[in-house]
Amino acid sequence: MNRFGSRHLLPYFIPACAVLAALLIGAMMLAALGASPLKGYGVMISAAFGSLDGLSTTAVKSIPLLLVGVGICIAFRANVINIGGEGQMVMGALFATVASLAFPHLPAFALLPIVLLAGAMGGALLGAVPGALKAYFNVSEILSTIMLNIVAVQIMNFLLRGPLIDPGEIMRGTRIPQTARLSQNADLPMLFEGLRMHAGVIVALLAAVAAYILLWRTSLGFRLRSVGLSPDAARYAGIPVRRSIIIALAFSGAMAGLAGAVLVFGSESHRMVTDGSSTGFTGSAGFNGIVVALFAGLHPLWSIPSSLLFGGMLVGANALQRAVQVPSALVIALNGLIVVFVVSSEFFRRRSRPQPSEESLRLAPSTQAGWEAVVDPPVGLKRFSGTNEREMNAHE
Amino acid sequence: MPMSDYFTATILIATVASGIRLATPFLLASLGESLGQRSGVLNLGVDGVMLLGAFGAYYAVLQTGSLMLGVIVGLLIGTFMGLLYAFISVTLQAEQGVSGIGIYLFGLGMSDLLFQKLVGTPRPIVPFPPLKIPLLSDIPVIGEMLFEHSLIVYMAFALVPIATLVITRTTYGMNVRAAGENPEAADSLGVSVSAVRYSTSIIGNTLAGLAGAALAIELGIFQQNLTNAMGFIAVALVYFGAWRPIGVMAGSLVFGIVASIVLQCKTVGIIPRSASDLAAMAPAVITILALVVVASRFHQPAALAKPFVREG
Amino acid sequence: MRFVYSKRFFVVSVILAVFLIAPAAMGAAGKLKIAIVAPSASNDLAFTQSIVDGIKAIQKERDVEVAITDGLFVVEDAAAAIRDYAKKGYDLVLAHGSQYGGSLKEIAPAFPKTAFAWGTAADTFGLPNVSSYEAASNEGGYAMGVMAAALSKKGSIGVVGPIEVGDAKLYVDGFVAGAKAHKPQIKVQVNYIGSFSDVALAAEAARALMAAAGADVLTGTAQMTVGAIGAARAKNVAWFGTQSNQAKLAPEIVVASQVYKWEVALRKILESMDKGVLGGQKYIINLANGGEAMEFNDAYKLPEDVKKVGMDTIKGIIGGSIKTGK
Repeated sequence: MNRFGSRHLLPYFIPACAVLAALLIGAMMLAALGASPLKGYGVMISAAFGSLDGLSTTAVKSIPLLLVGVGICIAFRANVINIGGEGQMVMGALFATVASLAFPHLPAFALLPIVLLAGAMGGALLGAVPGALKAYFNVSEILSTIMLNIVAVQIMNFLLRGPLIDPGEIMRGTRIPQTARLSQNADLPMLFEGLRMHAGVIVALLAAVAAYILLWRTSLGFRLRSVGLSPDAARYAGIPVRRSIIIALAFSGAMAGLAGAVLVFGSESHRMVTDGSSTGFTGSAGFNGIVVALFAGLHPLWSIPSSLLFGGMLVGANALQRAVQVPSALVIALNGLIVVFVVSSEFFRRRSRPQPSEESLRLAPSTQAGWEAVVDPPVGLKRFSGTNEREMNAHE
Repeated sequence: MPMSDYFTATILIATVASGIRLATPFLLASLGESLGQRSGVLNLGVDGVMLLGAFGAYYAVLQTGSLMLGVIVGLLIGTFMGLLYAFISVTLQAEQGVSGIGIYLFGLGMSDLLFQKLVGTPRPIVPFPPLKIPLLSDIPVIGEMLFEHSLIVYMAFALVPIATLVITRTTYGMNVRAAGENPEAADSLGVSVSAVRYSTSIIGNTLAGLAGAALAIELGIFQQNLTNAMGFIAVALVYFGAWRPIGVMAGSLVFGIVASIVLQCKTVGIIPRSASDLAAMAPAVITILALVVVASRFHQPAALAKPFVREG
Repeated sequence: MRFVYSKRFFVVSVILAVFLIAPAAMGAAGKLKIAIVAPSASNDLAFTQSIVDGIKAIQKERDVEVAITDGLFVVEDAAAAIRDYAKKGYDLVLAHGSQYGGSLKEIAPAFPKTAFAWGTAADTFGLPNVSSYEAASNEGGYAMGVMAAALSKKGSIGVVGPIEVGDAKLYVDGFVAGAKAHKPQIKVQVNYIGSFSDVALAAEAARALMAAAGADVLTGTAQMTVGAIGAARAKNVAWFGTQSNQAKLAPEIVVASQVYKWEVALRKILESMDKGVLGGQKYIINLANGGEAMEFNDAYKLPEDVKKVGMDTIKGIIGGSIKTGK
């Protein structure tokens, strides 16, 4: 089944060209701002990948992107759109924080897993609710996940300014909305001497592998993917569609919740602190994770390099600002450009390959089934109708 | 203050008027998005277009002092982005969810970048003065509540019946619905699905640009991330409104008025400070609850977010 | 599992690597190097602007090299920036954000030769290389509260705040105390909108205060107040500003602004560093040491008696006869 060869280089050349095109526009913007594009890009790359320090910073920055991305892979494969990553991260962080405050004296080997598990549970809860709303009340998960993001942030603000606040803050009267320094036993240990890379990296990698195994090596995963390709066919085959939707969103939320927990316990301050918004805590990982997943073709393992690339870009953005005095907003815009260009370049990739092949089928679920399948086979599916089983078996 | 004092006419008027004001940008953006979605195009980048429109309008007003020019610039930016988005989604058939987020990131970064480089320290602009509608605004209580708003507010709400008429009673509206429900059938009847989707994307994003312009002009300033994720809430409200202009208007008003009620309650002291965070999530919770009630009866356009590929 | 995607990644990363250029070597030591890490934009006419103005004033007095990273509202990013600057050998790193404290506490011990300063705060964690700086914003707040109470004809004034925290809380408490001290029966309504950045909500909060509470004088603190100022301007309601001079935003209505002159504290920190002491002190800027300046807006026609009572209050605070109740 392996088909290597130069024939396959062309379809991958195209997204690379897309990235180049976007970078070219970015270079023009840099030049227009009076900075040297070469120097600017150079600074970005060397900051993100050019040193061990940079690499570890990039790796750490990629952790939430990878975790959220993996969760998105699971959800989108089951054809549910999860835009609630931000809220789920916050919820997971809160659950994990509470767990650590509840059992501060447990030894590390017990507390750390408990804390991470709590985080996953918090996120799963915030994913299961939209899932249930969709499954039983036909409420669009786009709406409910966006709304629950708001709810989660407000719960976080309430808790961090009230019950969970550091007693020292009340004493000092400053009332900064942060918790006390959380139990040291829950600190994510550093992996290497002198580098700021913590065990969260391992957690994320394991999660990616676990998701891959779940989706393609378990019957549950098969069921989720079937529901994603065609709920009606799945229902006909006896697969519990409603439960699958809830499970998919719960898993997706769990991953994001895990990301939130890792953020808190891998942070410099080892406490949870808020500025009142969700992005202040997550750094928009709830959103960027979606892009990471889609760039990886909704494949958990390919989310790993995808997340590293995005993480690198984020790290590079901060360095760019410091080095050439260009506002980091430029890199956000550039980020958007790259996403748009690469996603648009799929068009040429599809054109360059008239026969449906392994790769396009692997991307299939998101484009074929769209966001929700209907009674009549959707247009896209018709084209590949004979090969559904093949797709489903493609990764077995 | 005795309970009865809280419910004076002044506070009631202020609450509803403020709710209408808060709802307006949501309404505009949401109307545009609902049109696009009705024809099968999902645009998650509304917030980015709003931000670009907001900056464009703000800058235009700063340079020329003309509010109308600002509105027009906002509109045009939306139109241009709509054309771009149509090209990406319809012609290039890119994955709509992702491309939308790409547009959002681009809009977010670009508007901030341009603001920092072209303006720097924020300078205020003067918003539209409230326009009193003669006669109607003299009605006690209701008059002040509904008929003393700025031009853009009236425009936004006037669009609702217009949009409803267009979608339900014109050929164009029928084509839009067909493109969204069953593009193959529409195609076989000679309707150009591409052209329809291009037009809705352009109109929809023009409205998003207008929403951004309205926001900037109303607030009298621009700031990084001025919209604060409003665009995403607008997308969510499309689902709330079951893709119908009236529903979208209802959703925007629910959101705006609930937010306004919470604000008023905090102002007069009904909500103690400790509970204010929980109170701030009221609009979101109420929207979800309302949707649970509504959702069982409406389904989304069948071909939403699916690029139309012609067979043969 | 097939690594087919590795080709795409490889090609993309090779192309990206083409742009790789080794970073320039760090310049030799000589000038004092100061770095600032701040949460909002440098030109926000509020919190971050105040420290940037402060460092600019220092630059006029000393030959220093300054680097600023602003917009770091994500605490982890700020922590990374602080660590990065310390690693790059900056002599003084200013962590300009109350929420950065937890991170600074962990980072500072790792860089004993770097001086750190944390604001707005009054805690040095007992570390020898950490100073803290804060503003007695309650003092200027008190004086402006007095003037607001004197100015208000309807006997109702309003406050638009972000979150009841740190500097914002100090200012608001001082303002309310001053207003009540001048006119005990005055109505002061405080609305913490719950966000530092929601401009639209701040505008609506201001409108609600003017309409529902009948306020005819307003004040507020933090970046989102630009919205509130705009709303006040539309109704021609007087505004008292803080953190930096907000007269430019609405020349018709801004009465006065309490401007933070952080250079007063910065000077002391640098002098201490000159002597080899990297930290351990808590600095405070107030009316007495010139760290806070009341800047009246000449374009606003302030009745003389109001201005007088304000100036008298300021003198009283400086002299110690008036306690603002911190």
